Amino acid sequence: MATTTGVNSDLAKERNNSTFDVEELSNFIYRGPEKVKRRRYLHNLATKDPFFRKFKPWAFQTREEQYEICLQKHLYINKKCKELNLTEPVDKFFYTEAAAPHENSPIGLHTVMFIPTIEKQGTEEQKKRWLPLAESLKMIGTYAQTEMGHGTFIRGLETTATYDPRTREFILNSPTITSMKYWPGNLGKTTNHCLVMAQLYTQGKNCGIHMFMVQIRDLETHMPLAGIEVGDIGPKFGYGTNDNGFLRLSNVRIPRENMLMRYSKVLEDGTYVKPPNAKIAYGSMVLVRAAIVTDAARALAQACVISIRYSAVRRQTEVSPGGEEAQIIDYQTQQYRLFPLLATSYAMYFAGRFMYDFYLKTTAEIEGGNLDSMPQLHAISAGLKAFSSWMCSAGVETCRLCCGGHGYSHASGLPKIYIDVVPGCTYEGENNVMMLQVARFLMKMYGKLQNGEALPTFMQYMSTDLNKKSCMTEEVALNCLVMAYEHRAARMIRDAAASMEKLVQSGKSPVEAWNGSTVMLTWAAIAHCHAFVTKLFVETVVKSRMDSKVQSALTSLCKLYAVHGIVENLGGFIQDQFFDSKQVKILQKKLMQLLAEIRPNAVAFVDAFDYPDEVLQSCLGRYDGQVYQALYDYAKSSPMNEKEVLDSYYKYIKPAQNGKYQQYSKL
Amino acid sequence: MEASSEVNSDLARERSRATFDKENLINFLYGGPAAVRKKRYLENIIKQDPVLQRGRRWAFQSREERADTGVWKHLYVDKLQADLGVTDVKEREYLRDAAAAHEGYVLGLHFGMIIPTIKNQASEEQQKKWLPMAESMRMIATYAQTELGHGTFIRGLETTATYDPKTEEFILNTPTLSAIKYWPGGLGKTVNHCVLMAQLFTEGVSRGIHMFMVQVRDLDSHLPLPGIEIGDIGPKFGFEEMDNGYLKIDNVRIPRENMLMKYSKVLKDGTYQQPPSDKLAYGSMVLLRCSITASVAKCLAEACVISIRYSAVRRQTEISPGGEEAQILDYQTQQYHLFPLLATSFAMQFAGNFIDDFYREKYPDIAKGRFDFLPQLHAMSAGLKAFSAWTCSAGVETCRQCCGGHGYSHASGLPKIYVDCTPACTYEGENMVLMLQVARFLMKEYSKLMNGQPLSSVVQFLKCDLTMKSCMAEEVALKCLVLAYQHRVTRLVADAANCIQDIIGEGKSQQEAWNSCTVRLFWAARAFCHAFVVENFVNTVSEKHLDEKTREVLTSLCRLYGVHGIITNLGEFIQDDFFNSEQIQILSHTLTVLLREIRPNAVALVDAYDFPDTVLQSCLGRFDGQVYQALYDYAKSSPLNEKEVLDSYYKYIKPAQMPNKELFSRL
Ligand SMILES: Cc1cc2nc3c(=O)[nH]c(=O)nc-3n(C[C@H](O)[C@H](O)[C@H](O)COP(=O)(O)OP(=O)(O)OC[C@H]3O[C@@H](n4cnc5c(N)ncnc54)[C@H](O)[C@@H]3O)c2cc1C
Ligand SMILES: Cc1cc2nc3c(=O)[nH]c(=O)nc-3n(C[C@H](O)[C@H](O)[C@H](O)COP(=O)(O)OP(=O)(O)OC[C@H]3O[C@@H](n4cnc5c(N)ncnc54)[C@H](O)[C@@H]3O)c2cc1C
Repeated sequence: MATTTGVNSDLAKERNNSTFDVEELSNFIYRGPEKVKRRRYLHNLATKDPFFRKFKPWAFQTREEQYEICLQKHLYINKKCKELNLTEPVDKFFYTEAAAPHENSPIGLHTVMFIPTIEKQGTEEQKKRWLPLAESLKMIGTYAQTEMGHGTFIRGLETTATYDPRTREFILNSPTITSMKYWPGNLGKTTNHCLVMAQLYTQGKNCGIHMFMVQIRDLETHMPLAGIEVGDIGPKFGYGTNDNGFLRLSNVRIPRENMLMRYSKVLEDGTYVKPPNAKIAYGSMVLVRAAIVTDAARALAQACVISIRYSAVRRQTEVSPGGEEAQIIDYQTQQYRLFPLLATSYAMYFAGRFMYDFYLKTTAEIEGGNLDSMPQLHAISAGLKAFSSWMCSAGVETCRLCCGGHGYSHASGLPKIYIDVVPGCTYEGENNVMMLQVARFLMKMYGKLQNGEALPTFMQYMSTDLNKKSCMTEEVALNCLVMAYEHRAARMIRDAAASMEKLVQSGKSPVEAWNGSTVMLTWAAIAHCHAFVTKLFVETVVKSRMDSKVQSALTSLCKLYAVHGIVENLGGFIQDQFFDSKQVKILQKKLMQLLAEIRPNAVAFVDAFDYPDEVLQSCLGRYDGQVYQALYDYAKSSPMNEKEVLDSYYKYIKPAQNGKYQQYSKL
Repeated sequence: MEASSEVNSDLARERSRATFDKENLINFLYGGPAAVRKKRYLENIIKQDPVLQRGRRWAFQSREERADTGVWKHLYVDKLQADLGVTDVKEREYLRDAAAAHEGYVLGLHFGMIIPTIKNQASEEQQKKWLPMAESMRMIATYAQTELGHGTFIRGLETTATYDPKTEEFILNTPTLSAIKYWPGGLGKTVNHCVLMAQLFTEGVSRGIHMFMVQVRDLDSHLPLPGIEIGDIGPKFGFEEMDNGYLKIDNVRIPRENMLMKYSKVLKDGTYQQPPSDKLAYGSMVLLRCSITASVAKCLAEACVISIRYSAVRRQTEISPGGEEAQILDYQTQQYHLFPLLATSFAMQFAGNFIDDFYREKYPDIAKGRFDFLPQLHAMSAGLKAFSAWTCSAGVETCRQCCGGHGYSHASGLPKIYVDCTPACTYEGENMVLMLQVARFLMKEYSKLMNGQPLSSVVQFLKCDLTMKSCMAEEVALKCLVLAYQHRVTRLVADAANCIQDIIGEGKSQQEAWNSCTVRLFWAARAFCHAFVVENFVNTVSEKHLDEKTREVLTSLCRLYGVHGIITNLGEFIQDDFFNSEQIQILSHTLTVLLREIRPNAVALVDAYDFPDTVLQSCLGRFDGQVYQALYDYAKSSPLNEKEVLDSYYKYIKPAQMPNKELFSRL
């Protein structure tokens, strides 16, 4: 961190005004002083390494350079992690976060998806054959699932793998244009192998989707093999460093042993052997979804750091004529847009932490053969993934807009955070589709409730009496807030069920009734997730052990999260008169009070996330607040300024000034 | 348009199912059959122009290439406009859009802002001197207002112009870091002049902000003049072709005659003459603001065309096992996201027409010094700008997400539309700041109401009785929708006014009271804009001569706009029990009924925008629906695919596969 001597005086003042010790809050966020120290140590290892400092900023690179530079960095990171013996995923994560911030790895799927999938789905023999090759990067792989025509509906994938018992090979094909693989990360230029998801045909029968190891490029020349057409899918909103690719297979033959056969098998004669349990192959997807919750929280946290620090430094508009201009963070409207997002970033961070713990616990049970918690794990991970990615990515954009014009420059770092986080709404399960899966779970639970069956703990709120009114009073107690969210979710679940019921009674099929109610079902699912996150936030601040000043500050933030959510979605809370009009007034007033209450701690709250400047990469979010000098430096180093006069001046403008346009005949 | 034989069959079926003749709607939107013919004629010229076929699509170009391409394309369009003798503003726009819809025009501000400013703010003599130079592009200028430290608060600009009576010159300076001009479009590399906004000092007294014509680059060599440091501000979220620039001025002297002196003047001896009214300098700002509503509406319209056509072509998920996959447009959730946005695009289009007409009608009076309508013009232009920019840019992102993974690729065209659209939330008045100006207008009108004075025409409804309940019944009459919106504004205006009164009652100053209520003031202002847009939509579909079938369809859209706005902001409508619970049921039921009602006409409605493919530049939004072939072609032509094996493979990957070679020590 920068030394305090150079710190902008407004920012320094903010830091003196906070009511709690920032270090204590960092300790709470990152689970103890030891972990905070470790995180800093890893960040420092990366930020102090001259290797990472020698490249120009990503915004000044062409896409080709972005790919190439990022590739170098990640290969170096791989090597360093080995040297430093960093094996724990969190350790690797913190090191990488500081070494190549905001740079999606061109070889990331190799470690995140390819190797774990071999480990989980491969037979012992396959693991022995492939893992050493993969570890040494001789084999570089990815996971090729999405096709041009199918992303959501996996069963609809069209790539085929047809078993030929004579040669004991599978013949792989992309039989239609829509069947070509499209989107898999790192597929375009980097990998020489991929795990292809394809429809298995054997003995003339379709046996559904299975996974096949396919070599796509030569191990020496890296040229595509016969029958393989492979390449990059072209420029995107973001992810410039990632060569998301396309792949067309025509009559590519692979040995029988290249089907991943830990669970299902094809025998030499072509006999298909089903997996013992269809759901067993499921774990890694849940893990990735859990990771998205924390990714989304982290993106919003970083955006909050940038926009809140900048709002403390930025002064705009005299409050009284001739007087000083106010820090924009003192405007209520600015607080109203930013502080609830600050609260959201904490809420989502805690949700991500919960999700990860829950995943570990449940997968241990599943490995042990107990599948009871599986539907819950699925519903919670799908719901939190969708809810957090929607909320956080929209929140990042709001943070950007709150920085005025400078927010729009890549100098702010904010556009990049947005384009990195927003695909979280789409990949690993499109959000609307995820919410409908949550809704399906909720409807099942509702059915159980109707039948008097037992509900899992986190669904027990559904049995509350919907005629009961809110206990909300002037003090705005946390438990009344939680009850309000649970009431709303329970009511919406009931309403959605009633809507389906009504449609069925009017003669519609269950499918039609479902599709005729998906808007209401989505509302119910969102309300459910919102209640879940709120309750989790409340429990976290109430039940955890932490410094009392931190606790009281976090309690305000938690309250703000809950109160703001009610005020912004008021209709859902009052359409059945759950709150009376006096209670509504109390909540609206409380919202404004909480903004004022949080105001002195705003900078401390973002400082506590403890992101070094090297990670934020933002002229506006700098720890020292020297934003204008940084913006000026950024401008001066723009590649467009390398030439004082651009060629286009001579080529086009000058002739046009003389009314001469003949250059167009030469173009 | 493409021959229908090649049109995707789903899309063709959609078109044949429409209940109205889309040509009628096209004529309505573009001002009659003759105007539509002219539009298509001009678009065809562009489509067939061989010069414009050259060059790669923008997404495949580096920023430097894009800046270069932008210059020649736009200059070429200027030439075409001149050659074809096209003078009508709209017709000029058809040509420019068809040729370079998504490429920023570095001379746009020169023609769109500077020439009008010279006409409005310069003396006769100055006009005689500058206009011919500006029109022949000998002088190329931009408007240099925003500084590093100030965008919103113009009076706080720090650039100084100090009059020196000895030499009869102004001495210009950017005395601080934060005084550096930052953001003006075209300033970095393109212009040789700028109209500089600076604090005038004469006779030792500060006279406020005035405009000065300053030459920044040599007219022949194009090199910066002494005392001028100038350049591009670096890469941004979008606007890549634009060289938004920075400018540092160090003791630059300009003759006295270079201050724009139509209204205020500095005489030779340094005497300052005030303008007759400080409102006169205001016109061109409002003009630009008025044009924003229509332009963001167009962004949303384009996004709707793309996402709705794609949703008709895209099929995903079997509805019943083994059955056909559904067009995603048939999912209620998809309709719920897209159709209200389609309605919004029309609503904003019509609001844009309104504000444009209003300006044209009232501005002549204002220019003559009659200011009766100025407060309304100001409030309406500010409010509609902010409301439309927020709504439309968020809408574009929703459209993008509704296209799943492919929406994230630049092949979809959607990310580009978004980055072009979203800065409208910031420039020409930051949205929140504008909303608070609307709120100020509303508070003034409210106090008139309290004092029994007559109200401005746009807020007559504030007189309505707040105890009255809604007239909403099963048929959901448009009139009852309008009344609901007006009721909501009236209540929120009263709430905000009470908030201020209460706080003043507690002994706070007017200023403190205002800032403690700005969130409520914002709510009131937002509701006001919403109500206006609804009413204007209703008026447009009710009054204008339309054939019955088209009117029916537009009326459904209009009703959807009204109903959806109520449902998604329900709390504000029912907090005082304006609707009873039965009415709420009616409204939420009507919402789903309307989605179904609009479904068969969705594609015809977007077709009616009549955007040629050259404007949309989208693989997903093509008229012929051949989206997959287009995505494949896009991928194949990705610049990363020019080499089958990238150099980085040999340089970095291969050595990394050989663990013993020390790759990185050599780097
Ligand atoms: C940056 C990025 C990286 C990616 N990386 C990979 C990768 O490494 N590997 C890989 O295999 N894939 C990857 N993908 C692809 C991604 O997994 C898919 O895009 C994603 O699964 C969504 O599927 P889709 O594109 O088919 O969306 P679609 O399903 O076509 O969604 C389009 C719309 O239809 C709606 N819809 C679809 N089905 C239903 C339904 N049943 N009910 C209601 N509504 C429905 C959706 O809500 C959405 O609004 C990546 C995508 C992106 C953007
Ligand atoms: C793409 C682009 C092109 C541009 N082109 C030009 C150009 O050609 N020429 C030019 O001169 N400028 C240009 N600008 C700059 C633009 O005009 C300013 O960014 C804009 O006026 C907003 O001002 P700001 O950046 O100072 O925002 P700020 O005022 O700093 O806003 C930051 C935050 O503070 C809040 N805030 C500020 N004041 C108040 C207040 N009084 N009350 C409550 N809240 C407040 C805002 O709501 C916002 O959330 C451009 C900007 C962009 C993004």
